[in-house]
Amino acid sequence: MSNIPYARDQNVCLCHVCSYVCPDGVQTCPRCESPVHVRKPNSQARTWAFLIAGLIFYIPANVLPVMDTTLLGNRSENTIMSGVIEFAGSGSWDIAILIFIASVVVPCIKFLVLGMLLVTCQRRSQWAKRERARLFRFIELIGYWSMLDVLVVALVAALVQFHELSTIEPRLGILFFGLVVVMTMFAAMSFDPRLIWDAEVENVR
Amino acid sequence: MQPLERHSARIICEHCDSLYEAIPLQAGQSAYCLRCGAVLDRGHRLSIEQLLALTVAAAIMLVLANVFPVISISLQGLTNEVTLWGSVQALAQGRITLIALVVGLAIILAPALQIALLFWVLLHARRGEIAPGFKACMRALEHLRPWSMLEVCLLGILVAIVKLAGMLDVHAGTGLWAMAMLMVLILLIAGKDIRRLWEELGVGHS
Ligand SMILES: [Zn+2]
Ligand SMILES: [Zn+2]
Repeated sequence: MSNIPYARDQNVCLCHVCSYVCPDGVQTCPRCESPVHVRKPNSQARTWAFLIAGLIFYIPANVLPVMDTTLLGNRSENTIMSGVIEFAGSGSWDIAILIFIASVVVPCIKFLVLGMLLVTCQRRSQWAKRERARLFRFIELIGYWSMLDVLVVALVAALVQFHELSTIEPRLGILFFGLVVVMTMFAAMSFDPRLIWDAEVENVR
Repeated sequence: MQPLERHSARIICEHCDSLYEAIPLQAGQSAYCLRCGAVLDRGHRLSIEQLLALTVAAAIMLVLANVFPVISISLQGLTNEVTLWGSVQALAQGRITLIALVVGLAIILAPALQIALLFWVLLHARRGEIAPGFKACMRALEHLRPWSMLEVCLLGILVAIVKLAGMLDVHAGTGLWAMAMLMVLILLIAGKDIRRLWEELGVGHS
């Protein structure tokens, strides 16, 4: 498989915005005028920064309540996990599993996979390059589905506004949860999957 | 057809930097990278005219999805309904307002801008012209794509319906059907496929 030439060996590089094959050494794409880099600048440091910011926000996102329900005078606060448990308890296993996947499994997979990719790339690991490349495309694809819980809280809070009878209000936890999603999206965008393959050759710049 | 020399006859895989000679693809065909397995290129299923027609349809659906409520509920004779904008407003409270901006971008602003920009570039592309501000429009479309989250919004509406159905009377609103159609239309028109315009219009080097 090593017979396929690398673009940088042929002195060209890719414009990420318009797919143009740019000559080496240009600062901006000759076709669409976007900035062009051989590799995303400071990819590893930026990915680490966004990933760690996401991890830090993930703590208040789970500890703080995401919404506050007042039903016929009874007030209760829900965190993400207690919402999942409530669904499961009321027999809606499908919805409970759906929210659990979107709010817990997807962000955790993103943290683990991006962390693993960063460590293996720093070590210039040759291990399972094709599978790691596939994992990266997978987390790019699933990342934004974590927004699900934020949207559900927004819709429910907008709907259930019956003054003294029953109200639902969003709480601070949902802000942190939304920020986790945004941070992990930035982290995935900052990571350059070409770093996985750069381990095959020495001193790529 | 565009002159061949304008066509960049090479493709670089964005996931592993492999360089390939581009081959013309039929509708429905895809080219995959041999090194990393990523999609390199897809054959175009739709003509420019068809894309423009779908963009107009998407604009209509966008208006309907935003004007009509997506869910309505009733409790002891009282009724309430929510529009997309209403759900964004529900988050715009004090300390958490920032998340309202993210949600507003994801479910209203990004899709609306995508449709407006696509309409502008496709309207001119249909006559073989390069729209004024073409480069800026195409760059904006690329940067908006990851932030447009209509699929997630649609699933969120369905989850909210199931969630509330346990304690209240819940009805799907007209906006929900418009939203579902809008989601499919955006998937068809706003993908990476639109990059073909660079080559089909022969946008040259500055
Ligand atoms: Zn470009
Ligand atoms: Zn590749």
